[in-house]
Formats: sequence, C-alpha cells, structure tokens
Amino acid sequence: MGAPMSIAFALLFYAAFLVLVLGTGYRIATYIRTPAPLKIPTTPAPTTRGGVALRLGREVLFFESLFKANLWLWAAGWLFHVGLALVLLRHLRYFTEPVWGWVAWLQPFGVYAGFAMAAGLAGLWMRRIFVARVRYISTPSDHLMLVLLLAIALTGLGMKYVAHTDIVGVKRFFLGLMYFDWQPLPADPVLYAHLVLVALLMLIFPISKLLHAPGVFFSPSRNQVDDPREHRHVAPWAAGLDPKV
Amino acid sequence: MAAEVKAPPLRADPGAPQALVPGAMAELKPYVANDKMQQALGFPGELTDGWHERAIGRMGELLDKYRSLKVYMDACVHCGACADKCHYFIGTQDPLNMPVARQDLMRSVYRRYFTLPGRLFPKLVGARDLTKEVLDQWYSYYNQCSECRRCSVFCPYGIDTAEVTMAAKEIMDVAGLGQKYTNEILGKVHRIGNNLGLPGPALADTLEGLEEDVKEETGQDVRFPLDEKGAEVLLVTPSADFFAEPHVDSLIGYAKVFHAAGIRWTLSSHASEAGNFGLFIGNYDQLQKVALRIREAALDLGVKRIVVGECGHAWRVAYSYWNTLTGIGAGGEDPFARMLQQQLDSRYRQPTHICELTWDLIERGALTLDKDANDHRVVTFHDSCNVARASRMGDHPGGQFEIPRAIIRAVANKYVEMPRGTTREQTFCCGGGGGLLTDELLDLRVKGALPRMEALSQVASGHGVNFMATICAICKAQFTKVLPYYGFKMGMVGGVHQLVSTAIRLGPKQ
Repeated sequence: MGAPMSIAFALLFYAAFLVLVLGTGYRIATYIRTPAPLKIPTTPAPTTRGGVALRLGREVLFFESLFKANLWLWAAGWLFHVGLALVLLRHLRYFTEPVWGWVAWLQPFGVYAGFAMAAGLAGLWMRRIFVARVRYISTPSDHLMLVLLLAIALTGLGMKYVAHTDIVGVKRFFLGLMYFDWQPLPADPVLYAHLVLVALLMLIFPISKLLHAPGVFFSPSRNQVDDPREHRHVAPWAAGLDPKV
Repeated sequence: MAAEVKAPPLRADPGAPQALVPGAMAELKPYVANDKMQQALGFPGELTDGWHERAIGRMGELLDKYRSLKVYMDACVHCGACADKCHYFIGTQDPLNMPVARQDLMRSVYRRYFTLPGRLFPKLVGARDLTKEVLDQWYSYYNQCSECRRCSVFCPYGIDTAEVTMAAKEIMDVAGLGQKYTNEILGKVHRIGNNLGLPGPALADTLEGLEEDVKEETGQDVRFPLDEKGAEVLLVTPSADFFAEPHVDSLIGYAKVFHAAGIRWTLSSHASEAGNFGLFIGNYDQLQKVALRIREAALDLGVKRIVVGECGHAWRVAYSYWNTLTGIGAGGEDPFARMLQQQLDSRYRQPTHICELTWDLIERGALTLDKDANDHRVVTFHDSCNVARASRMGDHPGGQFEIPRAIIRAVANKYVEMPRGTTREQTFCCGGGGGLLTDELLDLRVKGALPRMEALSQVASGHGVNFMATICAICKAQFTKVLPYYGFKMGMVGGVHQLVSTAIRLGPKQ
C-alpha cells in the first residue's frame, strides 16, 4: 500500500480493534468472576429466568426505566442509541462483500438514522448544559464524550452530503485489513478525521463510562430472579461463613 | 439544633425543577460511634494512622466480592435520570443528595485508585484522592441516604445507591469512623437480643401486661407467649412492637389473628428482634450474625413456621437474605440449610410475612371481621421502601403492594390511594430509614419526609384521610415524630394490623 498515512491508519485500527475486544472482554470477565452474594433485584421483579430475559430485553431495547424517569431524557437517549445502532448496521456494507441482503435493504434507514443520532446527541448535550442538576454532575469527560460522538456523526454525514469520499476505496481498505491484504486508504481529510475519532472511541471503550453497554447485563438489581425463598443463593466466598453443623 | 428544625413548604408543582442549594446539608452529621461501640463489632475504635490504607484496601475487597458495586462504579453515564428522585434531595435541595452525586463521592475515589484514566487524568474524569476532607463528606452524605432504592427504579442500569451507601458505611467502619446510632444498636442485639435493649424478664412482664389489656378490651384470653417450645409459629417482630406507640397496637393485632385462627405461636427472648441493622452498615458478618439468632431460636423452640411482623428492612432481610444467611427458606442442599429446612413445614412459605398469614386466613374465611368498626377512619397506605422495592409477598410480583391493601379493604370501609408516582414501587421513603432514625438528624428527617407529606396532604384535604397505615416500625416511629411538623396529628400513622385489631371479632363464630 505504501503511503505512510495508510500504514498509520492500518496500525491504528488493528490496535483499536484489539483494545476494544480484549479490553472489553477483560472487563466483562471481571464482571462474570465477581459474585453477587445477596439477592437484590429491584422489585417487583420476575420470578423466572425467562421473565428476567424479558425485563433486560425491555431495558436494552426500549430503555424502560429511563422512560419512567424523564420523557425528554428518554427521547433524546433513545433517538441517539437507535440512530447509532442503525448507523452501525448500515456500516456493515463496508466490511462485507457481497453485501448481505438485509444490510442493503437497511441503507436508506441508516442514512436518516445518522440525523436522528446527531439530533439525540445534541439534545443530550443541551440537557447537560442547561439543566442545572445535570450540569452539576457533569465532568469534563462527560462533555467530551458527547463532543466525540457528535463529531463522528457530523463527519460521517459530511462525507455523505457535503464532500463525498471515495467509499469504494474505503471499503477496499477495510476489507484489506480484514483479510491481511493491505490496500491504500483514500486521502481525504474528512475521512481521516472520522476514522481517527472512531478509533479513539474504540480505544476508550473499555476504560470509560461506555462500559454501561455491557454493564446493564450484569446489574444484579435487573438480572436477578426473585426467588430467594425457594432457592438458597450463596456466593462461594460466603459459603465458608456458615457455622459448622 | 431541635429549635431550628422547620418543615419546608409544600411545593406548588412537584414536577417543576428545583433550584440547587450547594452545601445546604454539608454540616449535618450523625454522632460518631465511640471506641467501645466500634470494638464490640470488631471495628477499629477511631480514625487512627493507617485509616487511608484500610479504607482503600476494603474498597478493593468489596469490589472483588460484590458484583453490584463493581458494575455500579463503572456503568453510570451521568444521565441524571435519578437526580430528582431522592426524597432527601427534594427536601433539602442539596445537590450532593442527588443519588448520582452521592454515588460519585465514592466513584471519584474508585476512579482515582482503581481505573487507568483516573490515575492518569484525574481532573478529566472527576477522580479524587481519598483525603480526610473527602472522608468527612462521605460521613455527611452517606449518612443522608436511607438506602430506600427509589433511585434504582429509574436508573437505566438499575444502579442502586443503597449498595454504594452500604459499601461506604462498611469502608468508614473499617477506617474507624462508625455511626453511633446503628453501631450502638448492633451491640445491643448481640448483648441483649434486641435493638431496644429490652432484657428477657422485662419482655415477659410487658407481654403479661398486654394479655391483661386485651382481656379487659375483649373479654378473651388472648395470649402473648414467650419462649414456648413446641409452638407451631415463631413470630419475629421489631422490638418497638413491644411498647412503642403505635407499634404495640399491631402486635395486639397479630396476637388476635393467631388467637382467632387457633394457631399456637410464640415469641423468643433470644431472637426478640426482627430488625437487622447489619443491613444498614452493609457488613455481611454483622448481617449474618444478627440473623443467626433467629435460626438458633427456631431450632431451639422446634417451630414449624417463622413469621415476621410489620417491619420494612426486617422483611427485606428475612425475605431476600435469610435463606442465604441462615438457611431459613427452602431449596437448601447443604447440611447447614437442610438441618433447619427439614424441621420447617414446607407447605408454608418460609419465612412468611404476617400480612401473608393474615390475608390467607381472610381469604379462607377463618376470621370474623367487622369493617364498620373502622368507620371513624379514612385510610390510606404508605408503601415502605424495603417491602416495596426489595421484597415480595405472595406468589406474584407486586404481591407486596396488593396483599396489605387487600387486608385494609377487608377490615375498613373507607380507603383512598395517594397520588400515582408516590406509591407502590415509586413510593417515597418516610425519611427515617437506613439507620437515620436518630434525633441529631431530625432536620434531615423532617425535610426528607416532604414528598410523602405532600402526597398525604392531597388525600387528607381532598378525601378526608385521617389514617396512614404502614407496615414498618421505622416508618411508624419516623412519622409519629415528623407529622406534627407538617401540621398533622402524630396519631395519624399506624399499622395495618392495628386496623385488623380494631375490626376482628373474637370468641365463638356468630
């Protein structure tokens, strides 16, 4: 491939991918390893495992608890996350050849989703700036995280609507990374910016509040079955504390 | 202090955002436990050299032992969903009483010592060293959380500030900075058997007196047995039920129910306390030690069923933790659990809430009830936080809401619900739970009661409600104290079994 910029991006994305997968995997492993010694589901809670799966499903897909908390926050948060999910799925076309049928079908929705994502992020940031109690709890990293995501969305939309980039070349570059058959990355400052920001997001994922994504599945107040009278629940470290009989 | 305590005005629009008053409650701290109280629980007597290492060390241990703490430290995105949900924030407007800000007092320390960005860029991610000043802030604000879990209902990740507060109290205890009220009481349970320090002979006297009172009132020989071997039911109830008003009226209600149903029951002088303040300080050893007294009493007395009286956090510990801590429950496969579970009658829920027992009897038509006897009362029901959000009654989720209400409707004609968003799983804490029921925190307790008082005031002026029933000893004591600050009579609060006691007809069936 030759050009130093292409090499730099190739290395950046290998590194970002490894950090994302290994780092997040490590964090998830510590969540799995750490026991939950006491039954603490927030009740009313499901009494079966199937019920818990539904509860988590509603939480992850519809943000059920957030909906109860605050409608504006729910609307902005949900818009952003659904937008992001569709945008990510749309991007699968840069990593598959031939493009899967449903990914092709999804393309037009993915475009609108980009706007939804940016609008949701803007709403969340406005809230952080203008609602006194949210401003009070915001750290610099909370603002920067929104800036980062917003910049990713805007550079992405910029390449779609303002200054087209050579997406065929981009696809060739990423397929090359996947199959270790390295290809040059089109030289385009907006593309560079978009990719650097995405790599940064991948790099900080395992050491930031982005861990809320795996975290929600491991939250004992949400993922425990309400059955403490029927089953004796004892963590390994606690079992040794029972008096001998 | 007492002279300054004033109730905040009821809000015209509880939905409107409130102004923040930073530092409003920074100086309010409960008394610190002395070295004797601390050492009785195995904690250092005071903040001696090395407290910092002990604190950070214990924090690391807790992060390895409790998935809740580990996940909750990482997962918060500072969205603010919880920020306006805490009764103490609503009542004090102190931003550090917002659940997320309260958690962040610990999260900032977690980030500094246990995460890479916090070690490298503390300012960027809001990480802080654990200094004496930070510890003082912990002592103020972790003692302004009643561990009621209301915030966890609204958190998109279920982050439960109660878990964080409990961990903070454990860490402060190990550092040598314990809270007097909770730790002194735990010492009393170990020494005497109950939170109030009521010794066995005094308890026997009290119960005898109650038998005479009930005889006078009803003409029936309703018994209040103590330490009777071979009884079917062991009743474990908060010790306040033995003599505090209005608690004792519910105890009389339980006794009448047992009498009417012909159930042989007993109290225990060894386990004369359902409350378990080990929960409040988040210490597993204390939690288990206190709970084991009940197992011991059950084995000693040979009972077949264990029933728990009206007490919120006690029911959380009984329902959610007893099987884990003591084997009281079912499904145990180890010798420790089986030893007890073989003795207990598996046809019944173990443990059983007194409301489950009474409701089963009502459903079977085993009690004669005269609803009209409660006609001087217009009743509403205050869901207690630990029952509502940390336990269950009956076989279906939400039974903890339905069963007490069903009992009230069966024993009283006039019942009114408080406004939506203030009951069931969204109930507001009374303002005195979690080990804060102590006079030096009265200012906080009065302010924390604000949202409940607003809801009560609506049904009192709109529907003439004059009785707020509840099933928690702490709620009863707290409301008795704070109702007058809001212009209500302290006698407005009482137990569900107080209503049962009024309505129940003893003697041969008519």
